[in-house]
Amino acid sequence: MSLSKIKFDKKIVLSFWIILIALIIAAPTLLPVFRLNLLGRYLSLSIVALGVDLIWGYTGLLSLGQGIFFALGGYCAAMYLQITSSSEFPNNIPEFFALYGVEKLPFFWEPFRSPFFTFLAIWIIPALVAGLIGFLVFRNRIKGVYFSILTQASLLVFFNFFNGQQKLINGTNGLKTDVTQLFGQMVGSESMQRIFFWITAILVIAAWFFAKWVVKGRFGNILIGIRDDEPRVRFTGYNPVIFKTIIFSIAGGLAGISGALYTVQSGIVSPQFMTVPFSIEMVIWVAVGGRGTLLGAILGAVFINYAKSLVSEALPASWMFIQGGLFILVVTALPEGVLGWIQGDGPRNLLQRFGLKRKIETYPSLEVNNKEGNNE
Amino acid sequence: MNNKELLNLIDITVSFEGFLALNKLNLNLKKGELRAVIGPNGAGKTTFLDVITGKVKPTKGEVIFKGKSLVGRKEHKIARLGVGRKFQSPRIFENLTVKENLEISVTTPKSPLNLINKSIKDEQLNEIDRLMKIVNLAQKVDSKAGSLSHGQKQWLEIAMLVGQKPDLMLVDEPVAGLTDEETDLTADLLKSLSGENTVVVIDHDMEFIRRLDSNVSVLNQGTVLCEGTMETIQKDKKVIDVYLGRPED
Repeated sequence: MSLSKIKFDKKIVLSFWIILIALIIAAPTLLPVFRLNLLGRYLSLSIVALGVDLIWGYTGLLSLGQGIFFALGGYCAAMYLQITSSSEFPNNIPEFFALYGVEKLPFFWEPFRSPFFTFLAIWIIPALVAGLIGFLVFRNRIKGVYFSILTQASLLVFFNFFNGQQKLINGTNGLKTDVTQLFGQMVGSESMQRIFFWITAILVIAAWFFAKWVVKGRFGNILIGIRDDEPRVRFTGYNPVIFKTIIFSIAGGLAGISGALYTVQSGIVSPQFMTVPFSIEMVIWVAVGGRGTLLGAILGAVFINYAKSLVSEALPASWMFIQGGLFILVVTALPEGVLGWIQGDGPRNLLQRFGLKRKIETYPSLEVNNKEGNNE
Repeated sequence: MNNKELLNLIDITVSFEGFLALNKLNLNLKKGELRAVIGPNGAGKTTFLDVITGKVKPTKGEVIFKGKSLVGRKEHKIARLGVGRKFQSPRIFENLTVKENLEISVTTPKSPLNLINKSIKDEQLNEIDRLMKIVNLAQKVDSKAGSLSHGQKQWLEIAMLVGQKPDLMLVDEPVAGLTDEETDLTADLLKSLSGENTVVVIDHDMEFIRRLDSNVSVLNQGTVLCEGTMETIQKDKKVIDVYLGRPED
């Protein structure tokens, strides 16, 4: 299966952005707070999906462990909020520590008293952890299915470790954020949630521009080269290990930001962020939206999650079947995802099948895109 | 070691679980030389390239390139030292355009920082233009490499090899699947590259090798059977035996 580097029409991209920005601006007035909060959460998930698209869609690294980095970002943010809001608790440390007889803040949480440090830690710590895991794996030339299995195994290691650490991070209960204070306001309050929605919306756009910048030039071409024929890249004089480590680290950083935003909007971070199905879902969003498109990752994350919440409200037990069906449909019928299908002449082929459009007799580039062909 | 010598393979032995793909192979290349390597299937031609480029580590023996040992170095390091390789079936990046393929090959330094920070240098763009003209792909600059014909893909890969500016070019079956006309053009192209570059061509096609008009090394069962001009090796009894089959012992 060839996965092309899809270049979108300027018009499609522009109209998408106009619609998106209009929706983002209109959302806070149109949607009730509950729905707005959901949209904000799903937008924050689209940032982790962008990372998945960078490593999987562009570089061919199917990671099933992005939940690790997502959760790390969430824990950083949540612990900061807990620490700053702990002045009325014994020993001035978060309340849960008292349950386990801990009297002093564990040393590694000390720097999280600083908002500046936390702000950096949210993306740098997951990026470093991803970089370290990535470097060790890539250096040993582990790839393909083995890479996927290894990332999933790491996810389980982290999941079990976090579950067992009551004295450090409240174990399986996780850290709640909605009753904590930030700048004198309750994090779970309506006005704060609105602010978080705006921050998320801006960061999604920023993350998109960043990802676009990463893949646009020769660097992105090397990533595609690694995906399609890694030994060839090596024999041309590039060291794929460095490139893969960098992009995996970037995806980890994006996952951390995503996790932090998701945590403050859903009110809690817990080891549940590191369950196996959740990390697989991230891959499904990108597969459905369209690999190697970036835009598809955002759309996939937001629409699938919104559909999930709507379907789950109407027919509580049926979502898993729908999601499974969606994945099967995409794998069998739309291997390049919805966006890849739209761009790859999918709609025209469909119309032709129903006899609504003339069939192309020769090469499409000669008959249909004559003007574009001349431009090249 | 002679100063003019670019590559020395000394007693190279490669054993794949007991099977000797190369057996005490010795081969020396001078700077600027064009050398053809032929041999029957399984003679170890591709393994020979794999050893030089670092894909396969020899069980025994030394590879000396420009006075440095290549054994144990990583593939990309060897490539940066100046060893370029064209593969048997054309291996180009099908999802990238012709130009992007060539950009990958001419870019130096090949570090991530350089790639992400800076745009491509003008001299490198000129080099790409020059290469595309040499291999007749100037009209296909922005076409996907995957949409090229087989012959064009072979040529694009040769252009990528040249763009890397290697001191040593290893070319594996460059004319497989090409028309006669394309074969002739490829032979001329490779001949024009030698002199400045050192070129090793591996092929089965005798007509093509003859056109190269170069020294020929015949490999058989992992070792060099015979070396010399085309005329000499065609008269060599051992070569005839290998290629035409030995009468019943």
